Amino acid sequence: MALTFKDETFRDDFTFSNSPAAIRRFPFPFVEDKYMYSVNIEPHTTGPEGSVFEFPFDIDEHYVSEMRDRAMVLQEDPARCQALPHMMMAQWDMLELVMMSMARDYPDLFTLTRDGSKWHWVNRPLKIEQTFTFGDASTLPYEPMEYIGRQVQGDFSIQDQRDNQLWMDAGIITSQADWSLDFDVGMNFFEWHGPVPLAHEAGVFERALKFLLNLQISNPVRRLNWTMTINPRLDTSPENYHKWGKDRTTVTPENVGQKVHLRVEMQGLFRLPRSNAILFSIRGYLLSLDQLVTVPKWGRRLHRVLKTLPEELIGYKGLSRYRDTTIEWLSKYDDGAPTSRGGGPD
Amino acid sequence: MSGSLLRRVRVAEVEQVANRIKRFRLVDIDNAPLSEFSGGSHISVVMHSGDRLMRNPYSLMGSPTDTSSYQISVLNCGNDSRGGSKFMHDAVSVGSELEISEPLNLFPPCKLARKHILVAGGIGITPFMSMMNELDALHCDFELHYGVRSLEEGAYCKYLQSRYGSRVNVYLQDQGQMIPLESVLGSQRLGTHMYVCGPKPMIDWALQTAELLGWPAENVHSEQFSAPPPGKPFVVKLAKSGREIEVRGHQSILEALEEHGVDAPFLCRGGACGQCETGVVSCDGFIEHNDHFLTEAERVSGKKIMICMSRIPSGSITLDL
Ligand SMILES: Cc1cc2nc3c(=O)[nH]c(=O)nc-3n(C[C@H](O)[C@H](O)[C@H](O)COP(=O)(O)OP(=O)(O)OC[C@H]3O[C@@H](n4cnc5c(N)ncnc54)[C@H](O)[C@@H]3O)c2cc1C
Ligand code: FES
Repeated sequence: MALTFKDETFRDDFTFSNSPAAIRRFPFPFVEDKYMYSVNIEPHTTGPEGSVFEFPFDIDEHYVSEMRDRAMVLQEDPARCQALPHMMMAQWDMLELVMMSMARDYPDLFTLTRDGSKWHWVNRPLKIEQTFTFGDASTLPYEPMEYIGRQVQGDFSIQDQRDNQLWMDAGIITSQADWSLDFDVGMNFFEWHGPVPLAHEAGVFERALKFLLNLQISNPVRRLNWTMTINPRLDTSPENYHKWGKDRTTVTPENVGQKVHLRVEMQGLFRLPRSNAILFSIRGYLLSLDQLVTVPKWGRRLHRVLKTLPEELIGYKGLSRYRDTTIEWLSKYDDGAPTSRGGGPD
Repeated sequence: MSGSLLRRVRVAEVEQVANRIKRFRLVDIDNAPLSEFSGGSHISVVMHSGDRLMRNPYSLMGSPTDTSSYQISVLNCGNDSRGGSKFMHDAVSVGSELEISEPLNLFPPCKLARKHILVAGGIGITPFMSMMNELDALHCDFELHYGVRSLEEGAYCKYLQSRYGSRVNVYLQDQGQMIPLESVLGSQRLGTHMYVCGPKPMIDWALQTAELLGWPAENVHSEQFSAPPPGKPFVVKLAKSGREIEVRGHQSILEALEEHGVDAPFLCRGGACGQCETGVVSCDGFIEHNDHFLTEAERVSGKKIMICMSRIPSGSITLDL
């Protein structure tokens, strides 16, 4: 698939939108007409051609603009990228995994040439060319995680594994759905999952942790998560709540379709071989409701899912203020017809 | 998920490194690069001996960054074993083909430690070979205390001393030498971590000594080369499928299930990773828990069993499978 990169913004005038092809590959997360919380982990293996699951790190038409937005966030707030000193080996592990994957999966866009520890990296869309020594951070303009993190879509955190726990000891997080790296860095698995309602009771996290502690090299896994965002804003961090929190009050029956976006995160988990750490990738996709209802099945289903969403989750996902307006708007697109199973468009 | 994807390898080199220990060098069958790994990792080696299938975990010894080959060392447990190690010694030679799993690390060095004390007994040296490689490359402070029966029985003594110098201390049992664990552990500064691998009595002794000296539990790590202990035959009933399967005296439950084509989850097959945890619906008598994973409370409850290691003395057990 030849990619044409869009020139668009995720702030101020919000010119972001999806092309028809990008709409059809949007990872719509609801496989039935009702919402169920589950950890729904599956192997992160090669998915259908052209889908967001085709490659470990999906690059799409928003790549160049997203990387520009990330650079702006880091410029304003360098604390969005942090790594504790013992994470250096894991940083190199991440750089290697991402560069190798991108060069293999998108040979027209990226090239990696390795001669022992002398590496040469070419990133054509961002016009970057870099020769460096693998393992020697002084040969890169940033530390390895930040260097490659500025060139790959999605947020990343790296978990160190100690005492049968996972500790979030590094991360580059500029487009998170309302959680803070500055607050979570150094926390363990249960601490950073603290606020999710309904999940603790089910023992879900204990099982998920055990699963992750045994995560195998070369066997990454993934899951989908979702929320909703007003305006196609990538940076909805707690630090910037003053900038985006008030957006939630601006939704009216007239502008629902343009303002309200479904935001889906494809979360990938990779065992890093040298450091034994775990790389967590959070790759976000945004779709306005105007664009979402161009797929009739999605319009019907989102309407039904929102209607049956438990109260606790509505609060947790920050939907309270505009849920009713949104349901009302979506009802025009739900004629009551049955929907097919699975998330894909018909 | 049972186990992980397997990779075919060829034996490129075999060396007798001590009386009952052989070192094997394994390369990918197509010479493709192997995965890098972290110090302390092991792989499972799958052996086909006649119509028997054996899978034993063996620690990786080489340099974690060498992707051209993996090295393992195997102690010949002789005729009193069910045969995996004997098979490696008698039937595997240069050119033999085997299958291995991807590396798994249940014994990693703690990256926050200010110093690492490594305590090895006999074949328990193997995970420390890769660990020292890694610690040395990272300029971490470590010392090894390695007890062997004699120079002939102990592998890699000379090699380790020449490579790591005074950081390596070897103790020869036949010369009456003992690891002076109390003084070693008694004189360490805060933030030091201790790792022990060797025969069970040695591990117990090291863990107790550390505890008596007031070491925090999270600074003490051990790996035991457990294999499922034999016992008497019994019957496993599977609640979901209604099947009944006999477990022979020299088999683990997991092995019996596999023999009958039941796909049960596992990774380490040594009672450490937790992957094979299985619910118990009912059971005649007590479970002999031989794993290192379940908590005391879980054992007492009798509701869970690690099927790679644990068994019952006789009768039948019904599993939630
Ligand atoms: C994480 C991990 C890492 C390991 N790394 C290594 C390594 O690097 N090198 C290495 O050599 N081993 C290692 N082991 C041990 C190895 O996996 C095997 O357990 C060992 O090689 C013995 O296998 P076996 O098939 O020959 O014997 P098994 O039948 O599996 O027997 C294991 C032990 O049980 C005893 N035994 C078995 N059957 C009987 C019986 N009927 N009567 C009396 N005693 C019996 C034997 O004395 C033998 O020592 C490791 C184990 C684990 C869990
Ligand atoms: S397979 Fe690891 S504990 Fe049983």
